Order: sequence, then C-alpha cells, then structure tokens
Amino acid sequence: MKKSLVLSLAVVGSLMFTACAADNSEGDPADTEANNNAAGEGNEESADDAEGDGDEEAAAPAGDQTLIFARGGDSVSLDYASVTDGESSRVTEQMFESLLSFEEDSFEIGPGLAEDWEMHDDGLRYVFTLREGVTFHDGTEFNAEAVKTNFERWADPDHEFHFGDEGYAYAVYGTQFGGFVGDEGHVIDEINVLGDYEVEFVLNNQLGSFLQNMGMSYFSMTSPAALEEYGPEINENPVGTGPFQFVSWSRDDSIVLEKYEDYWQEDLPKLDQVIFQVIPDNSARLTALRSGEIDIMDGLNPDDLEALEGEEGITTFERTTNNIGYLGFNGDKEPFDDPELRRALNHAIDKETLIELLYAGNAEPAKNLIPPDYLGYNDEIEPYEYDPELAQQMLEDAGYEGLEFDLWTMPVARPYMPDPERAAEVMQANFEDIGVTANIVSMEWATYLEQTEAGEHDVYMLGWSGTNGDPDYFFGNLLHSDAIPGGNRDFYRNDEVDELLDQAKVSIDEDERTELYMEAQEIIHEDAPMIPLVHSIPVLAGSDRVQNYVPHPSTSEPLTEVELSE
Amino acid sequence: MFAYTIRRLLMLIPVLIGMSLITFSIIHLIPGNPALTILGQQATPAAVAQLEEQLGLNEPYFVQYTDYMLGLLQGDLGQSLRTNTAISGDIWPFLAATIELTIFAMVFAVIVGVNAGIISAWKQNSLFDYTAMIIALIGVSMPIFWLGLMQQWVFAQELGWLPAFGRANPRDPVETVTHFYLIDTLLSGRLDQFSIAFQHLILPGIALGTIPMAIIARMTRSSMLEVLRSDYIRTVQAKGIHQLSIVYRHGFKNAVIPVLTVVGLQTGTLLGGAILTETIFSWPGIGRYVFDAIGNRDYPVIQSGILIIATMFVFINLIVDLLYSFIDPRIKY
Repeated sequence: MKKSLVLSLAVVGSLMFTACAADNSEGDPADTEANNNAAGEGNEESADDAEGDGDEEAAAPAGDQTLIFARGGDSVSLDYASVTDGESSRVTEQMFESLLSFEEDSFEIGPGLAEDWEMHDDGLRYVFTLREGVTFHDGTEFNAEAVKTNFERWADPDHEFHFGDEGYAYAVYGTQFGGFVGDEGHVIDEINVLGDYEVEFVLNNQLGSFLQNMGMSYFSMTSPAALEEYGPEINENPVGTGPFQFVSWSRDDSIVLEKYEDYWQEDLPKLDQVIFQVIPDNSARLTALRSGEIDIMDGLNPDDLEALEGEEGITTFERTTNNIGYLGFNGDKEPFDDPELRRALNHAIDKETLIELLYAGNAEPAKNLIPPDYLGYNDEIEPYEYDPELAQQMLEDAGYEGLEFDLWTMPVARPYMPDPERAAEVMQANFEDIGVTANIVSMEWATYLEQTEAGEHDVYMLGWSGTNGDPDYFFGNLLHSDAIPGGNRDFYRNDEVDELLDQAKVSIDEDERTELYMEAQEIIHEDAPMIPLVHSIPVLAGSDRVQNYVPHPSTSEPLTEVELSE
Repeated sequence: MFAYTIRRLLMLIPVLIGMSLITFSIIHLIPGNPALTILGQQATPAAVAQLEEQLGLNEPYFVQYTDYMLGLLQGDLGQSLRTNTAISGDIWPFLAATIELTIFAMVFAVIVGVNAGIISAWKQNSLFDYTAMIIALIGVSMPIFWLGLMQQWVFAQELGWLPAFGRANPRDPVETVTHFYLIDTLLSGRLDQFSIAFQHLILPGIALGTIPMAIIARMTRSSMLEVLRSDYIRTVQAKGIHQLSIVYRHGFKNAVIPVLTVVGLQTGTLLGGAILTETIFSWPGIGRYVFDAIGNRDYPVIQSGILIIATMFVFINLIVDLLYSFIDPRIKY
C-alpha cells in the first residue's frame, strides 16, 4: 500500500509541479533572447485558444524567424556527395552551394559560386570565374583550390579525402561524369587552377549535361580545411558557404541550422533558424501543421488536399513536376517480348481515373518518359488512348486470350506513386475489363528493387525523379541497354535507341540534342517497353505565414529568401 | 541469491550467442542488398560491386560473423553501413528515448492498472468493476495507431493542450548530457524545458501504456479475487481491521507476484521499442532505429540493436525474479 501510495503522490506532485513550471515560463518573458516564444508553447495554446485557427500566432509571435520544415524521414548523411537520398540534399542545400545554381522553379542554370563561365574547344574545356569574397562557415576563403580539392576528392579513389575505406561512395559523381579516375568513361581529365578565382576543367569527351551537373546539389563545395579537420567525420560536420550553417543534429528527430552572418549575399538569408523535423506519419504531420507546431510539411496525402482547401491559416505549394510513374514490362520474358502485346496493354489503362482517384487531380497523364518541360520532350507523340475495346481487339488479333500475369506492386509510397496498392487495384480492374488477369504481388522494398533488377518480374510498377533536369538522366538510366542490369528493368534493348541516346549524351548543341531525343522517343513509343502513367505534381502544405517559398522540381530548394510574416 | 544472480548472468552468454547467430542468419538469408540500398535506384552494377567489397560484404558469412563477434568482444558494436558512423555512439540517444518513454508508460500503466484491478476485485460485480473491466477489454484490443491518432487530433489539433510530436520543442532544443530529457533539463536548470519535455511524454506515454495497463488491471483483479477469498483474509476481517488496509496491505501483498511478472514482461516488450507509437508521435526510439535499419539492410545496426534489446529483456526479467524473493521471503534461490 505504501509503495503505490507514494507513487501516486509522486505523480500528482509532479503534475502540479509541471503546471507551476509552465506558468512560470509563460509569465517570464525574459527567458532567452532568440527563443523566447519557445518555452511553454503548449501551454500558451492551451490558455484560451478555443477557436483553434489562431494557433500559429500564439505559437510563434511576429519577429521570430524560425522555420520548422517537417518531413517523413531523416537525412542519411550531411556529406551530400556520398549519398543519394532526397532528404539529405534537402538539408545540405541550405548549407552548401555549387558553382552554378538553378532557377528557383526550373533547371535553368545561372551563376552560383561562379560568377561567369566559358566553354572552349567545342566543349572540351570549361573555365569558371569564381565569386570573390565568399567564405566558408569556418572562416576560410572559397577559391579555385577549394573547387579542385572537392572535385578530386570525389573523382580520385586515392585522394586523401576520398574516404573509400570508411565506406564513402560517390554514386552520383560516377553516374554523372562517367565513372572515376582510372575508369575508361571518366569525363573529367584534369582540373587546373588558373588563378585564385579562376578554375579550368579539361574534359576527355564532350558531355551534354556538364553545365547542368554543375548546378546539382551533389556537387557543392565543402571547406577543404574542414575535410582536413574532420576527416571521415565530415558527414556529421558540414562546412559550406551557404546561407545557413550547421548547429545540431539529433538523429531521426531534428536538424537545426542557423543563419550564416557572413553570407555573401547582402541581407540574406531572412530566416534566423531553420529546423528540419522528422515526423514519419503523414497524418501526424498534418496534425502538427494544423496545431501550429510546424510551418511547412512535405508529403501531403492527396486525399487530405481537398480538406485543406479554404482552411484558414493554411496554404499549399505545388512542386513543378519532375518525375514519371510507370508500369514496365519485362521484355526478356514471354509474352512481354512482343511489342504488339505491350501496345495493346497500353490502351487498357485509364490514366484519367487513376489521376482522379489517387492524385486528387495533381498529376498529368504521361505519354513519354521525360516530364513535359524537359529538353527534347516530344509533344508530337500520339498517346495510346484509353480504349478497352481496341485493346481487347488487338489482344485477340495477336492471339493472346486468357492472359494472366503477376503485377508487381511497390511496397512504399513515392511522390510519383502516392498509393501503390490502390493504383495496382485500379489497373487490375482495367486489365480485367479486357479479359486479362493481373495478380497483385508485393514484397518489401529492398527485395523489390533487387528482384526487379534481376528480372524476376512480369509487369512491375516503378518511377523515377529527375535531379539535374537533363533528359539523359531518365533515358540513360531507364532505357539504355547499358543499364541492364540496373535501372533498365524493362530489359529494353534497341540498338537504334542506344545510338541516339549515346549521341545526345555527348552532344553540346541543344538543337541537335532535342532532335536526337525526339527521334528516340518515337521509336520508344512504337516499341512500348512500358506504360508511362503519370507525371505527378507533389504538393506541400504550410502555414500561410510562410512567404517566398518556391518548391524546386529537384525536391531540394534553398530557403534563402523565405521569411515568416506576422 | 548472489550465486543465483551470477548463474543467471552467465546464462546470458549462450542466449546472446544464440540470438546473434539467429539474427545474423536471418538477415543474410532474406533478399536485398545493403550496397544497393545505399547507392540508390540509379547505381551502376560496378559501383554496387565495388561498395560491397569496401564493406566486406562479399566475404564468406563465417568470416563476416566472426569479425563481428570479435569486434563485439572488444566492445565494438560496429559501424552503420548506411551512415558510416559508429553504432555505439549513435544508439544511446535512441535507447534513452525509449527507456524514458517506457518508464513513463509503465508508471502510468502500473498506477492505473493496479488500482483499477484492486478496486474491481474488492467491489466485485459492482458498476465500477464492470466499467473498469470493459475499459480494460477495449484497452487490450485497441489498435495503438488509431488511439494515437485520435489523441493527437483531440489534444493537439482541436484543444491545443499537448504537443503532437517529438520529445521537446524543436525551437528550443534540450542540451543533452544523459539523453533522458527529464534529467537533462533539470541538470541544465531549465524548469520550463522540463515541463515541455514532460508534456511531450503524456500522449505517447498513455498510448504506449494502454495495453499494459489493461493487462495489469485484469491480472491484478483475478489475482486479488483469489487472495480475497482465502482464509487469512477472513481472519483479518474478523479482527475488525479497516477495509482499505485489508485490501491493500494484507490482500495485495499476496497478490502481487503474478502482477509483477506481467509488469516485467510488458516492460521488456516496450523496451524493445514500440514502432507504431514511435512512428505516430515521431519519437526517436530504438524501435524505429532498428526498423529503419532492417529496411536498409544495415546489417551491423540490426545485429547490435537486437542484441541490446535482448540483453535488456533478459535483465528486466532477472530483476523481476530477484524482486520475488524480496517481496515474498518464502521464495528462495
């Protein structure tokens, strides 16, 4: 009896104590300078805020420029070049800058850490003129040597900062620049420091996407002094030139960044602090937004979008589409090696209904692999219209009756496929309408990727998101025969297409590239290695206090200009 | 009792070796390749092969296993394949988060569950008894994610009383020393932060404590009913001792052993990490840590995480066993 009595007393006591403590913090505004609103946030709201809508104001009074960005998963590393996940670059984008930068809502390149750049010798030599007076967060100066160190670190497995033995791998560098030092396809031959603020890249081969690559967040500049100081622990000690600098990281919870006072752009950034908060559950994240605990949330369920329309205090942001969701066929397996069958099945899918049901209208039906505003997008292509009767007729003509296959369904939601299971059900019904039986199968994600790469599947669902706005990133990874085994899970092999893609990849003439890609798309359309489903438009939601926030199609955008209004 | 404790601790060794063998075999048997998940969908096969070699994943299983166990003997939990950081450094904050939440949830579960069970047994077939047992039945069968979402909706969104996510206010991070936020905030003398951290514990703590609470209530009730029917209780009643004292002092003391067993098992389970609660309330605990590692095939993290969870489970149950003889001197080891 005594024990439980003591325990109950202790709990009652601590509750009372909590209440008192909370009162104190509320009544004592001189707590801390920067975070004075923070203490007792929950209590302030409880005070008498019954309307519910005014919560945000109570949570963060005017003048406080701390933005909380909530997302579904944590960053893997803060060393951007050694990881590939979007959650990592979303954060590093705030702390690091590349030689070039993208327009705020497109992949149009402009000056970044380089003020000016010139191409020589038909694209075999590029000279960048760097911005002067830029410093890293550790106070050291940004110059041509720093550029050289960074690029050589990724390219050269023997470089002192490569950290290969510690498990570092620079996959994106390898994909974008044709491998590493010593590899046959490696494009960058040498990097020469011409002066303190002038650096030259000499290439072995032309590379159509070279300048585009220079804008990617994967190729940002880290302080060489920090690489020296932290060594392989650089992944937890990021030091760049960007608008915000690193404060703390508590894994699976939050990453705190603060304004870099010596940032080279006058009067920027406008925010004092940015916090990336992990909230794994989509509904919980929305609740946190509605209660005013966070300012922007990623990963809004399309279903919730309608409910948010017209809700006071909340606004939505659309990200320009930069992806493709598709249904692919395994071209190595019978009967999917028959293009006539693949074309017939292309007519079976009702993309409009899919978009209505699963994307709440926030998607465009796809007819090509690349998103519509990409270089070389072929708008002349006549899409395979939804026409079940035609599909059935075509199947009969080709002699496929009672066709049955496994429809591999992704186990995880992705921006291009927010609810794979329901999508599979919709398509299953579409197939049933033409007398085709699709059995939905699903497995865990890592297994799914491995098995589809190995060609175990019949028909599978997957998608792709762009990172540098270059069409080669889609075509080269998904439909070139070199990407077998790899991203080409359709096992699509067409020498003509390979040839066109190879030419387009190295060409530096935009018109020529456009033409080559246009032609490739015609052949691909005819061969129909996949059913292009949709280009989705990811939607984010946020408090209407958030100003100047423009989501970038690459999924990571600098929050330099963002501010919070009253 | 000392010899018993030593014997139990020695038994831990084969248990852990067995655990590690099973974990190791299972994670290597399931398909999925860590190098592939690290490099992402767009990785080239050459890059995957190279990374596998770097990570030592193409060594024979036996070599990989002995390497891992040798490291473990030297107190090295290994390094995460995904983040390239030492697990021994990474794991503590997750563990502390889970322990803090578990303690809170169990304190809630024990106080409410034990008292509800005692009163139900005492006033058997009363309105209180029926209500409490119906609530307990609902509690046992409640889907935790649903309860959590409802709590968030009511208390965070509609009423705005309690925070919906995390362990502290992200705008005002806690200075961490022990990673137990209630202790850290007191150490830094921030009572305001202490209160915030406490508020963050309430919703997830109740969500997590609901099932154990219900189980404890039912166990306490049945155990108490048995004791209250026994002869010595009638004797005590005959002596005219106060009801409250009969029930709590004389009755409960003899009914506590099975309750304690349940409490121990439940605590052990919760310490293993409650993925649903941790996910809904964005609680950075050990469950999510290991769960994410499984998805990414981060072998060393899975192995070390499961070993630590298993060790804690064994320890909790050892403590419970030792408590038996403390509570009931008739039990001797």
